[in-house]
Amino acid sequence: MSTQIQSDASANRTSDPPLLQVNDLRVYFPFSRGSLFRPEHGFIRAVDGLTFDIREGETLGLVGESGCGKSTTARAIINLVKPTSGQVILEGTDITGLNDRSMLPYRREVQMVFQDPFASLNPRMTVGSIIGEPIAVHGLAKGKDRKLEVIRLMELVGLNPRFLNRYPHEFSGGQRQRIGIARALAVQPKLILCDEPVSALDVSIQAQIINLLMDLQQRLGLSYLFIAHDLSVVRHIATRVGVMYLGRLVELGAAADLYRAPVHPYTEALLSAVPVPDPNAAAARERIVLSGEVPSPDKQYVGCAFADRCWLAEDRCRTEQPSLATKDHAGACWVRATD
Amino acid sequence: MNTGKDDRDVKLLEQILDESKQVQGVSLWQDAWKRLRRNKAAMASMATLCILGILAFLTPLLPLQSPIDKDLNNRRFLPPSLETVVMGQRDGLKFKDGRLTAQLAKFEDEIGELRTKQRSESDPDKRDAIDEQIENRIEVEHPFNQLWNELDSVSWGLCELRVSIFGDYAIPSIFGTDQLGRDLLARVFWGARVSLIVGIVATLVSLIIGVSYGATAGYFGGIVDTIMMRIVDVLYSIPFFFVVILIMTFLGDDAIKKRMNEIGIDQIMVFYVVIGAIYWLTMSRVVRGQVLSLKEEQFVESARTVGASSSRIIFRHLVPNVLGIVIVYLTLTIPSVMLFEAFLSFLGMGVSPPDVSWGLLLKDGVDALSSVKLFWWVVVFPGAALAATLFALNFLGDGLRDALDPRMKNRD
Repeated sequence: MSTQIQSDASANRTSDPPLLQVNDLRVYFPFSRGSLFRPEHGFIRAVDGLTFDIREGETLGLVGESGCGKSTTARAIINLVKPTSGQVILEGTDITGLNDRSMLPYRREVQMVFQDPFASLNPRMTVGSIIGEPIAVHGLAKGKDRKLEVIRLMELVGLNPRFLNRYPHEFSGGQRQRIGIARALAVQPKLILCDEPVSALDVSIQAQIINLLMDLQQRLGLSYLFIAHDLSVVRHIATRVGVMYLGRLVELGAAADLYRAPVHPYTEALLSAVPVPDPNAAAARERIVLSGEVPSPDKQYVGCAFADRCWLAEDRCRTEQPSLATKDHAGACWVRATD
Repeated sequence: MNTGKDDRDVKLLEQILDESKQVQGVSLWQDAWKRLRRNKAAMASMATLCILGILAFLTPLLPLQSPIDKDLNNRRFLPPSLETVVMGQRDGLKFKDGRLTAQLAKFEDEIGELRTKQRSESDPDKRDAIDEQIENRIEVEHPFNQLWNELDSVSWGLCELRVSIFGDYAIPSIFGTDQLGRDLLARVFWGARVSLIVGIVATLVSLIIGVSYGATAGYFGGIVDTIMMRIVDVLYSIPFFFVVILIMTFLGDDAIKKRMNEIGIDQIMVFYVVIGAIYWLTMSRVVRGQVLSLKEEQFVESARTVGASSSRIIFRHLVPNVLGIVIVYLTLTIPSVMLFEAFLSFLGMGVSPPDVSWGLLLKDGVDALSSVKLFWWVVVFPGAALAATLFALNFLGDGLRDALDPRMKNRD
């Protein structure tokens, strides 16, 4: 292909500060319920003290069950929701809760690919104008140049650029997700937040999109925050993986380590639920079945949020909150992390 | 991208751009139009409405009889007939001595004489006096002003054209005549103009208020939304029918009428605005609901992620997606407004004579109905015209809803 695009972001500056730092990020949604005269106020703790960083050129996978705050994390990073507290630091600049205008230049650095390829594209706009919108908003190119740029982007993500004037409903799910990726790439960002980009797609298409993302990462030196609830998908793409439970990170480590030797019992339980293709191996494997439900995120937990469902829980787990050590592979667990 | 831009590359891209022009996508609008075209009832309604609109606009050009020319002696309640009528030659007409063309020529001669007299006059004061005299004579005695009520300049031009095309010919009273001997066909046509304009203007007023109010409430949400929609709720709870009666009675007062005429506000214009100002409530609710759900859509969120401004989001993303529903609602509001106008005129509170509207014609018709003799034509023809228009608008609205409804659309 004739497009030879290299990003300015070269991946060989590992000694520099990380591309993105998230420090103790909290996103609480206030709610009130009860009767008019005796209202009850409280917070949904969607994200409750998250700390991680993303280095240039790497992919951080974020996994957890639905409702654990993965998407809210991404939305808080890119300022779609205002964080309650904590910091989001992009290349050394604090961008936490900036207003729309002052956030604008940073939107060229961070972009997002959305979960639902059907809902995330305006049905009344042509593909060309959807992909061209970021270029127009940031004033990067005009008129014919913009169209040429769109064609280049469409080729880059493997779409037929002759379909420039078509509408989203004329494309398949996988093609639409490619449109979403092209739109994210239009401003040449360094970091792309992928919010479950493949969970709405067929398995065969999932692989294509994952491979496209990995290919783009190599060619353009991108970094990803890759959110998913499918552990095998994350294993394929991520360099490091964070496991979330109820708005908190319970385990963070290099993908290989985490999958081989999970520290936190929750990670262990999750991994044991991943289907294995070999029926004999599946039968031999011990499946950990958790009891109970995910507790409601509207309460404040004194101890470990997982304690009530954990088969290893001790007294200490219910009284003190475990924290995540800053080492390469760590789990927030009193029982396991002591050694 | 700033790399890889050698000539060959750009040429290739331009070539692709050219090729892409041959692959035109089908937008949702085109899709909807395709579906609408398959709906025979809707297309027939649309054709009917177009013809009706054109005819209503061209009414002064058509060889119709005068809608206000009375003949109490010979022509009261004539049943529909094909007997030819010559413009201006009827017994009981204001100019008995000739035909319309002859009368026009005579009048022009008189005015011409006055003008020559004016030119030969040296005293500027006297010249002005003659000027005034000419104006007065035109206003009172010009045949057009005797046959038609307050023609605007476009209609005046159309009338002149009509005389030069059709001369004295007029369509016979195929719809019969009314209580005062006026030709019903002409009255139905002139009434169509008022009724249609009421429908369109009042709906546009309601559209402007409703869409901006609803979109504001929906887009800003929160406390703004709550307050704005509670106001709508309060207004909803007021039986607006009484409000209209109150306003129209108040404005119908002679002193106020006179005052408004001085400022240059037409009674009928007030009527449009009052109806429009009442019909915006539902429109604002519909739009607010749509905006509320649309702004949570992922494509709006993705536009925000990209950094699009509020105005860009509203006009590029929200409005085009709300438009479908608004159009459907529009076609359904027009008939209800027209019906409301007819109802008010029927009660004697809407359009007042010498203006004509279908509602007024129906009122006259019902007044003329008696158990002794059945003058069916005075009710049937205006009623049929109104009913046909309302049916057509409703069918079109239904068709549009089916065509534009996103739930009907296979989203894949």
